[in-house]
Amino acid sequence: MRWLALRTLTVLGCLAALAVVSKLLSANLDTYVFLVVIQCGVAMTLAASLNLINGITGQFSIGHAGFYAAGAYVGAAWTVLWQPIVVRHVPLLQLGAPVGDTLTLLIAIVVGAAAAAVAGVVVGLPSLRLRGDYLAIVTLGFGEVIRVVILNIDAVGGARGLTGIPTLVGSGDLAFFWVFGLVLAVVALSRNLMRTTRGLTWLAVREDEIAADAMGVDTTRVKVSAFVVGSAFAGVAGVMYAHYFTSISPDVFGMDMSIIITTMVVLGGTGSVSGSLLAAIVLTALPEFLRFMQDYRMVIFSTMLVVVMLTRPQGMFGHGEISFAKLKQLFGRRAAGGAKP
Amino acid sequence: MAALIVSIGLNGCKQQGGSAADSNEIIIGEYASLTGTTATFGVSTHNGVLLAIEEANAAGGVNGKKIKLITEDDRSKADEARVVVTKLVTQNKAVAVLGEVASTRSMTAAPVCQQYKVPMVSPSSTNPEVTRKGDYIFRVCFTDDFQAAVVGKFAYDKGYRKAAIFKDMKNDYSVAFADNFAKSFIKQGGKVVGEQSYQEGDTDFKSQLNTLKAAGPDAILCPGYYSEVGTIGRQAREIGLNVPILGGDGWDSPKLVPGAGTALNGCYFSNHRFSRELDLPEVKAFIANFKKKYNEEPDALAALGYDAAGLVVDAMKRAAKLDGPGIRDAIARTEGFKGVTGVITLDKNRNARKEALILRIDGDVFRVEKTYRPEELGQ
Amino acid sequence: MQQIAQQLIYGIQLGSLYALIALGYTMVYGVLRLINFAHGDVYMVGAFVGFYACTRWLPFKDLAVHPEAAGANIALAVVALLLAMAICSAMGVLIERFAYRPLRNGLQKADAHFWGLVLGFPITGLFMPVFNGWGPLVAVVVGVGVGFAMRPLVAWLARRVKLSESRLNALITAIGVSLLLENGGLLVFGANPNFIPNILPERTYMLPGGVMVGSSQLTILGVSLVLMLSLRYIVMYTRPGKAMRAISHDIEAAKLMGIDTDRVIAFTFALGGSLAGAGGAMVAALTHVKITPLFGLLPGLKAFVAAVLGGAGSLPGAMVGGLLMGSAESFVAGSSLSMFRDAIAFCVLIIILLVRPAGLMGRHVPEKV
Repeated sequence: MRWLALRTLTVLGCLAALAVVSKLLSANLDTYVFLVVIQCGVAMTLAASLNLINGITGQFSIGHAGFYAAGAYVGAAWTVLWQPIVVRHVPLLQLGAPVGDTLTLLIAIVVGAAAAAVAGVVVGLPSLRLRGDYLAIVTLGFGEVIRVVILNIDAVGGARGLTGIPTLVGSGDLAFFWVFGLVLAVVALSRNLMRTTRGLTWLAVREDEIAADAMGVDTTRVKVSAFVVGSAFAGVAGVMYAHYFTSISPDVFGMDMSIIITTMVVLGGTGSVSGSLLAAIVLTALPEFLRFMQDYRMVIFSTMLVVVMLTRPQGMFGHGEISFAKLKQLFGRRAAGGAKP
Repeated sequence: MAALIVSIGLNGCKQQGGSAADSNEIIIGEYASLTGTTATFGVSTHNGVLLAIEEANAAGGVNGKKIKLITEDDRSKADEARVVVTKLVTQNKAVAVLGEVASTRSMTAAPVCQQYKVPMVSPSSTNPEVTRKGDYIFRVCFTDDFQAAVVGKFAYDKGYRKAAIFKDMKNDYSVAFADNFAKSFIKQGGKVVGEQSYQEGDTDFKSQLNTLKAAGPDAILCPGYYSEVGTIGRQAREIGLNVPILGGDGWDSPKLVPGAGTALNGCYFSNHRFSRELDLPEVKAFIANFKKKYNEEPDALAALGYDAAGLVVDAMKRAAKLDGPGIRDAIARTEGFKGVTGVITLDKNRNARKEALILRIDGDVFRVEKTYRPEELGQ
Repeated sequence: MQQIAQQLIYGIQLGSLYALIALGYTMVYGVLRLINFAHGDVYMVGAFVGFYACTRWLPFKDLAVHPEAAGANIALAVVALLLAMAICSAMGVLIERFAYRPLRNGLQKADAHFWGLVLGFPITGLFMPVFNGWGPLVAVVVGVGVGFAMRPLVAWLARRVKLSESRLNALITAIGVSLLLENGGLLVFGANPNFIPNILPERTYMLPGGVMVGSSQLTILGVSLVLMLSLRYIVMYTRPGKAMRAISHDIEAAKLMGIDTDRVIAFTFALGGSLAGAGGAMVAALTHVKITPLFGLLPGLKAFVAAVLGGAGSLPGAMVGGLLMGSAESFVAGSSLSMFRDAIAFCVLIIILLVRPAGLMGRHVPEKV
């Protein structure tokens, strides 16, 4: 009972803190910077969700943009195409803002997540037979298949994209609340997973699949559920993206997007949640920060990527996480005279 | 994260401070695909825009104020287009925005301009939806439906009854052009006997062309960009498909003939009123100045970029007040603006009404075959 | 029937090209277990070398004006092809030395100088145009300066680098190199597409049954075949080739046997680079497609899929995979499903991998505990 109360309090506390932060940030940040922050939030969700598959379970998936696209398109299709039909029959949805809109968005999140999860199962199944690079290619290929299929569906605009999606997540503090609420959710899930028995089975699959199998871990189930959970979160990120940026087109979800998300996970340190979050911020904000370089922006960006990989092959954090204890240790050592490790 | 936010913020603030303090400057923002998959078109357009702004400044600017052009790259990505337009409008305080080539990106960025009441003029987004995003959104090119109808009418008048379509699946311009052409051509009594598609970046088109050849068309519509059309023309001739190929303004480039060799001789494409063969002083002057500055021939995209910038500068001179709403009203009142791509009058839907040419490729010159006015097609 | 035979011919031509690029992927994969994402961009560089050779460097004559120059042009074309192969193999070696080797062996001071030189260009570019006048010289001077400035930093970092066993970071490094080549290419070559004019006589032959074959198709097929056969000879019968095979079998054991693995790996990259360079130059000159900095993106990806399809690490597999991909694509493109061309290529791949998880001709290594 006490445990439940504590949990509820923590969740409520987090939400309250998030609400305060969103109010503060949206009031004080420049519109452009705020937009980049929202983009960072979407990227953080994508990176953390891919980290569940790649980092924690060790399945080499590099087609995450496909799930992102599935969520974005199905969520947006609900809001733009199907919701108006349903509204005629369901009076609850006719309420308009805030209740009706929130309900519409929640349904969009559910259908987006479901669509991405289904795609996750479809990709997860080959992972039972394929390993490493072969699995990587299949995931990459599957992402491309999703993109080409979308390109050929005229109802969602084909090459022209789907525009005029209502901004259901709002534009100011509300958008921040939704987007970073999602980040908190995926971080909380990852963190809790790592501390439960179930999570340990996921880690076991990463470390040594055969040994895990021998110890009685249901590796099939672990792998498929990693794909399902990871892709569902990517799908919700897609729903957020669609309902904030109001338009989506197939070229946003191309292979380069998949590759950038993979890069976030590896750059952050495979398996490290805080690492992938930080890398997501860096890789999203850095191109904006480098704008003063004009034509040379992307050259500098790619050179930096290579140099970071050469100097920190294990990623920024390796398997580790940012924690207060480590920070204390780091600063404590500095203060004590900085003995070389 | 905080550090990054602060640094981006500072970065922006610095620029903002620099521009706002200097009241002798007017800021025009431009967003373009300078890198990424459609960099060719973005760079071309940007060159035209830059030339127009430099000429305007050399001629004394607007009311004694110099124009400052701030260009941002969107990496050919729709979401980045929205971010940079937000930056241009809110941080750089641009009073007008130019861009983009691709309709998808124009449509993504347009709501930002509409929200902050800053007029946006697209040089070459031809999708009809673009200007429907709000009363601050304009364009200086004609729309897909008009141009495709022109080509459809021309094809039928030319005596072609069976047409085949070969479109770029990844390109919304190409897809919409093909659909509208088919509509117009079928309405007049023609028949579309085959439809195939390719994707930008493909190098081999022979398989699709071979299938089209089997359908036995009188002509093939290939509404793509010059970068692929030349290769398509060559491969069509190579497999013995010798019917005329038709296209749109995407074909117009000095690089079309180097790409096609002699394969497209005798083929036709629709274009803005812009051709080296025209004996018009403004067109001749533009081509000469462009060559002087960049050491290459301009294409249609550069000419449209030049016109979009020229139209905005012209409107600024007429504007009652040099802010977003003031310039918007002046742009909306544009009538008979003498651009290099035609005499531009903006209609109540904020689209340019101008004539279209049909050009015939003859060696390395494009000869004017026919001129169509919007009224002739009942538009 | 005529249609099917015709599509098959197109497929074989396309496939021989995929195979040529796929060989580069598969060789590198064989020795390093690394997906060399930058390989497609080496192919792009090959096309640009071909373009400059055909339009600036070599005295080709325009066939429309001088029809008698056909023979001289063919000889020059061979020179251009060799030039593209040489430059691209050098690029392959450079990429290996400065981007992939530090991941295996740790950083060295020379790495600081190389990356300093690379950074010199964009840094100079902030202040002056780099690609004309004194620009390149200034950029090199700045680059050397940056290199020396980075030396202590790199030395300090090199001491703390923990070499990682994971191949993911090698993959990301490869992606970084690929991005660098694409964006650097955009700066050096510009965004406008380039085309190679007609420099070789072109003819179309009619085969029995109404099937047509162009001379350019025959040339691509012929040159690819010759290159593949020479590669097979090198790998099977020469000392470096044998060393390559030994490394792909077991790199540690090869080291113990006294094989200089770094040199052999560099040799592998040189071979792969030269094949890609030949492919790029040949396609650009014979099919007259547009040459842009993103020239290698799509063919690179498809060739890579072909390599996996055939079984990564297997040379005959790459050839079979390439031909299979080419024909599948050609048949889909010729059918009424042409808009699903790329999707179907991947579907074929997924289905084949589900049936044979290590590719068509890949070695299936049973997992040992």
